[in-house]
Amino acid sequence: MEIPYTVEVRPDTGLYNAKMGIWLFLASEVMLFGALFSTYIILRTGNPDWVQHSMNVPLATLNTMILISSSVTVVMSWASLRLKNFARFRMYFTGTLLLAGGFMVVKAIEYNQEFSQGLFPWSDNYMGIYFALTGLHGLHVVGGMVVIGYLLGPGAKMWRTAPEQYVNRIECLGLYWHFVDLVWIFLFPSLYLL
Amino acid sequence: MSPIDEQHPEEAPEVSEEAHEHAHDEHHGEHEESFIWKYVFSTDHKMIGIQYGITSLLFLAFGFALMLIMRWQLGNPGQPVPFIGGLLGQANAPGGVVLPEFYNQLGAMHGTIMVFLGVVPLAVGAFGNYIVPLQIGAPDMAFPKLNMMSYWFYFLGGVVMLASFVAPGGAANSGWTSYPPLSVAVATEGQTYWLIGMVFLITSSLLGAVNFITTIVQLRTKGMTWMRLPFFVWSQLVTAFLLLLAFPPLEAAAVFQLMDRVLGTSFFLPSGLIVSNQILQVAGGGSALLWQHLFWFLAHPEVYVLVLPAMGIIAEVIANNTRKPLWGYKPLVYSTVFLGFMSFIVWAHHMFLTGMGTVMNAFFQTTTMIISIPSVVILTALLLSLWGASIRFNTPMLFALAFLPMFGIGGLTGLPLGLAPADIHLHDTYYVIAHFHYVVAPGTLFALFAGIYYWYPKVTGRRMNEVLGKIHFFASLVFINGVFMPMFLQGLAGVSRRLYDGGATYSHAQGVLEWNAFMSNSAFLLALAQLPFIFNFFWSIKMGKVVDSNPWRATTLEWVATTSPPLGHGNFETVPVVYNGPYEYSVPGRDDDYLPQNVAVQEG
Repeated sequence: MEIPYTVEVRPDTGLYNAKMGIWLFLASEVMLFGALFSTYIILRTGNPDWVQHSMNVPLATLNTMILISSSVTVVMSWASLRLKNFARFRMYFTGTLLLAGGFMVVKAIEYNQEFSQGLFPWSDNYMGIYFALTGLHGLHVVGGMVVIGYLLGPGAKMWRTAPEQYVNRIECLGLYWHFVDLVWIFLFPSLYLL
Repeated sequence: MSPIDEQHPEEAPEVSEEAHEHAHDEHHGEHEESFIWKYVFSTDHKMIGIQYGITSLLFLAFGFALMLIMRWQLGNPGQPVPFIGGLLGQANAPGGVVLPEFYNQLGAMHGTIMVFLGVVPLAVGAFGNYIVPLQIGAPDMAFPKLNMMSYWFYFLGGVVMLASFVAPGGAANSGWTSYPPLSVAVATEGQTYWLIGMVFLITSSLLGAVNFITTIVQLRTKGMTWMRLPFFVWSQLVTAFLLLLAFPPLEAAAVFQLMDRVLGTSFFLPSGLIVSNQILQVAGGGSALLWQHLFWFLAHPEVYVLVLPAMGIIAEVIANNTRKPLWGYKPLVYSTVFLGFMSFIVWAHHMFLTGMGTVMNAFFQTTTMIISIPSVVILTALLLSLWGASIRFNTPMLFALAFLPMFGIGGLTGLPLGLAPADIHLHDTYYVIAHFHYVVAPGTLFALFAGIYYWYPKVTGRRMNEVLGKIHFFASLVFINGVFMPMFLQGLAGVSRRLYDGGATYSHAQGVLEWNAFMSNSAFLLALAQLPFIFNFFWSIKMGKVVDSNPWRATTLEWVATTSPPLGHGNFETVPVVYNGPYEYSVPGRDDDYLPQNVAVQEG
């Protein structure tokens, strides 16, 4: 017996298994980042001597633009694939990967600037939270890049053998990618602007 | 058949023969990679369930052994530990006499191992994995590879926890709750291992939870509506949601504490902290209370993770052995779901003494009193299910029957702890130990034993020996109460739970001190009482009585739609279709006293 609904949609839930799974995973991620943000709020409001450093807002704004663009390209790649245009899909998907890489490069430049100013995680709790939150977010970006790389490279075989499932995989990756983007949308104002 | 085949019928056999040979090759290939893929890196939910079961039983035995060393020290302070004293290492127990530092490690690791590596993996990883797909008529879990990864993350977490015993300075020694600043500023290297181990275990349970929920929502077979799900499946579903949503905050907390320990941040360290008469050289400004909030946000739902699968097992065993439908199936389901929701907003009742303020205390007292209502509904429904039944007193049923009063004691003694005024007296005393052990040991563990005896024929095709099972049951029941009942008395007298000498140096403990030896001896006898079980467990694999596929005359799909032991990958010969509720026992007008879920009844 095969496992049902790996590709096709179960009529009464309207989902295939992987989509259900990715939504549940994202729910758990919401709780993870919820706890991280709560920690930030509690530490900041509970400490009268809180030091809020002014971080590099221009670079962070650039990174916000990059991530939002990558969210657009990931949707475009999924839509192209739904229209069975593999070449366009590959262009947009490669674009997503490059944008993600660009985000990490900018992040590395930022980290370097902070280190050179003598700002480290142990300097104070703002820096600690800053590195913990952006670090964990960065790990999520890197994780996404690994999956995108796999789906572009060895994983792309599936387009020929099981196209439906391949499109599903791109959709699930897209959902994850939007979440990673959304986390940054919260990180940017709360760490850089407020 | 394609038109081409119709035109050339003579070619057809050749094609099919080739296909047959191809299929045979594939089968052959599977066969060759067999041992390691079948038993080690298996993706079959049944094999993974067995892996979880064996690993977690070993961890339960190990955690139990840690407790026996502690009990020896409490019952016979300063005496060398017999038999294994020499193996504990000179740094921990010179001459076999347990050092206070080592006692603290034993306490912290006993709790951690029992909860995270023993009970939860057995209740969810083993029983959930093995039984849930069979009960809902699914060929496997929704994500077999994730299932395998979940087991191996659990295994890795366990290895890291065990390795911490040989870390410099020994294992974690700040209690299973790992409260900072103690766990950050004072603790040994083992605490870092503990945190890394926890990250592995959290990852494992996250993968498991995603898999369980998807499986239950997506893979229910035709006709298996929500209200036809066996109660065990409901309990696993709610448990999976608790694991999915409550564990991530602890993951965040573990990352922060790891940073505090390794990078020197101070998320949990306030300014001007003095350790060993020196001001700690950290930036400061952190909050020790924050850890407690993050920890208990997980750890209170975790209590229900421990007990809900147990209730699910009890419901199956009781319905089967009373030969009646469960009393109040729907209230049971609704209570379980409500319990799941409420368990997210009661966590700070563990923290009444932290000075978080009366407003917070009032809120969490109220929610705690509310959450006791669904628990009582569940227990009452199970109790009323016994009413008027002609009960079959086999070993699983005995454990199930003992669960009811034992869990009842555990639950009711929790009420004073949920009210701040009473908690001020009882907090951190042996009363707390007695309370939660009644919930988890003669409660959950008895339910898990019931589950092992009940589903053993499912896994092996043989029954465990009844005589040995009954010896195991009655001896365990007597001695486990001998261990925990006196703790209530000690706790009411105010004896702290963390004393290395069991309170010998405190005048207020003198009146209840003589119970220490009694409890320790009960614990040793309890260990002896497990020997019939261990023997029975292995002996019955080969020598147990061979039974047919449905030895308990049960109604649920795991017994009626497949053989015992079940088929390999795929579980079912044909996809079962469900027509009835889960507990249609003694249906009037039928010859059998049970109506399987997959048997259609003619109307009228």
